[in-house]
Amino acid sequence: MKSSNANPRDNESGGLLKKLRSGLKWGKQRLRNDIAELLGRGRWSDEDREALEERLLQADVGVAATTWLIDELDAQPRAAASGFTDGLAVIENCVLSLLQRIEEPLVIPEQPKPFVILVVGVNGTGKTTTIGKLAQRFATDGHSVLLAAGDTFRAAAVEQLSAWGQRTGSTVVAQAQGADPAAVIFDALSSASARDVDVVIADTAGRLHTAGGLMDELKKIKRVMSKVDESIPHETLLVLDASQGQNALVQAREFHDALGLTGLAVTKLDGTAKGGILLAIAKELGLPVRYVGTGEGAEDIATFNARAYTDALLGEPSA
Amino acid sequence: MLRTLTEKLTTALNGVTGRGRITDENIRDTVREIRMALLEADVALPVAKAFVERVRSRALGEEVARSLNPGQSFVKIVHDELVVVLGGEGSEIARQANPTVVMLVGLQGAGKTTTAAKLGNKLAGKRRDDVLLVSTDVHRPAAREQLATLSGELELDCFDSSSEDPVIIATEALGAAREKKYRWLIVDTAGRLHVDEEMMAEAKAVYAAVEPHETLFIVDTMSGQDAVNSARSFHETLKLTGVIATKADGDARGGAILSVREITGLPIKALGTGEQTDALEIFDPQRMASRILGMGDVVGLVEQVQAKVDQQAAEKVAAKVKRGRRLDLEDFRAQLEQIRNLGGLDELLDKIPGVDAAAAAKSGMDEVQIRRQIGIINSMTPAERRRPELINGSRKRRIAAGSGLAIQDVNRVLKQHKQLAKTMKQVAKGGMERFMGRIQASRGPGQGGRRR
Repeated sequence: MKSSNANPRDNESGGLLKKLRSGLKWGKQRLRNDIAELLGRGRWSDEDREALEERLLQADVGVAATTWLIDELDAQPRAAASGFTDGLAVIENCVLSLLQRIEEPLVIPEQPKPFVILVVGVNGTGKTTTIGKLAQRFATDGHSVLLAAGDTFRAAAVEQLSAWGQRTGSTVVAQAQGADPAAVIFDALSSASARDVDVVIADTAGRLHTAGGLMDELKKIKRVMSKVDESIPHETLLVLDASQGQNALVQAREFHDALGLTGLAVTKLDGTAKGGILLAIAKELGLPVRYVGTGEGAEDIATFNARAYTDALLGEPSA
Repeated sequence: MLRTLTEKLTTALNGVTGRGRITDENIRDTVREIRMALLEADVALPVAKAFVERVRSRALGEEVARSLNPGQSFVKIVHDELVVVLGGEGSEIARQANPTVVMLVGLQGAGKTTTAAKLGNKLAGKRRDDVLLVSTDVHRPAAREQLATLSGELELDCFDSSSEDPVIIATEALGAAREKKYRWLIVDTAGRLHVDEEMMAEAKAVYAAVEPHETLFIVDTMSGQDAVNSARSFHETLKLTGVIATKADGDARGGAILSVREITGLPIKALGTGEQTDALEIFDPQRMASRILGMGDVVGLVEQVQAKVDQQAAEKVAAKVKRGRRLDLEDFRAQLEQIRNLGGLDELLDKIPGVDAAAAAKSGMDEVQIRRQIGIINSMTPAERRRPELINGSRKRRIAAGSGLAIQDVNRVLKQHKQLAKTMKQVAKGGMERFMGRIQASRGPGQGGRRR
């Protein structure tokens, strides 16, 4: 495991599980039990294969990643037509090792300073809320934080970010609605150097990846940021909504193509959606997942943990 | 990208054509393909299974067996069944009282506030003072400011309360709507998870306070398999009357909409199709069915063109051509801007089923090229744009420097313009018919198209 156990937030994956357990109470179907039952029958027919496929698809895993998992299972040695001795473990290991490859927490280094994070995503995935939570987190860790109000399109987006600024004691650099977002963020960067701030988080307006003009605007924002320093932004973070289906993969692909993403944040994992699409994204793009969001409170964010996510997706091992 | 279902089925059923009869055997694979396609489009599994069962029984009947192309008639059955499921009676939002109260509910980030403003705009029409909007979202920072700002932009009234209690805010707003005789009251609510008991209780209390005539569930077109669970929970708690699907201008197949419709039986009242406040469309089952199947949305394409092409500018150029006037560089720029507004030619071609997007990209009419050409024309003086023959070597150097491009690029734009002007002159002289004939005869490197 990459994440160090010395992390003071080590019990946060437990917190995540607690959140998810409340989802389980509400009839979140236990994939783990289903799979165990399905694979423990002592046979492996086409119907069983199809049933397993369905269970995975229902968790938004998608056809490609589901096919991969089942192929892995089929590749296991077993007596013809009989079941697996431990089919569940095969699935679990596949999922876990796939997710471990993308478990790469974001570490704010001493240098360069400020460390600059650009946050992007489609409308309504939770960019601004995630930024608020990150600001809280960095502030708790003793970093000074500056928020750049790059969403100059949506009504009251600046006010929303400002409220988070107040709540977390972060500076907010903003201009009027309708201002050029690249200019706002550029100003914020100058202001951050002047104030000797540790971390800058730049918000952007939500946009569908199919809107060519708006994607160009993002490219411009990134280009302008790099004029301050070539290494900026140090992190380009895509915010994905776990309750979305197969389109999340397309979003990740398109935003990555346009901007060269360096990390993902997956939000709204406190619902009953399982966020299985992350498997497909991990398989195809392999982008590091930095954070998972589990609610609207400032504390409802955790470092991505492959083990916890696997348990969330498949259901916890029964005690 | 995914192969479309049409393609898949045509291949899968090719062998059947000769036999002229479809058996249970060869239908199995086909049915599997359909099921996978639906799941890939985010249709919920139970919905997809029930659906496929219906299709199977229809396909086993006469319809498919008799057709010359079983693959396509299979697709047609699926399409028709989808339309049946998606289609609905009376999806209008009708005025039932004064005020008619419309409450919007849904998960976080579905687009409730934006939809509230769009809906207010649509319901008001020319009578801007008929609609009162109110936000009861005391949870998300600046949610109320967002609705107030949007209302202001749309010249609609937005109820302002000093209370921090959603039920009090809603009650006050209803009182104001009655007193001031508004015809519509639109109640926006905070986004909430269906598993959040406290928040669901709050929604129920607001519901009880305003007794809405319409309670609409706002669902993201990009939603996954879980959409049915949230829709079902909301429906059980609040007795919904309809659904509005948002962000339908993206490329999600939108299977979640089908699932929500099937599970709740609620009519789909409208589609949110863009960030602008007028981007709210009447739901069309036919088009949604094609989209879920990945059949290409030609109707949508035509609408996009209509929406984005500046009719006035286009007519101005047309009139000029008719009068036999020469097209100057200003006109050329206007044409380029039209194409750019549509996202470039390649983007456009991509939407047409069966067109190879890669080949289209070679046309040199992608967004970057067009933007450069516009940049060059922008670097000219107005006199140069009106009279391109003024542009000599030294002016070209200045234009190239001004636009940050090479002299060759400037030459290319001038040449393209010359060709366009020439073509237009011929159109004016010989009429459209002769012009089309010429195009037919000289397919190949067309005018304007830049080859590399």
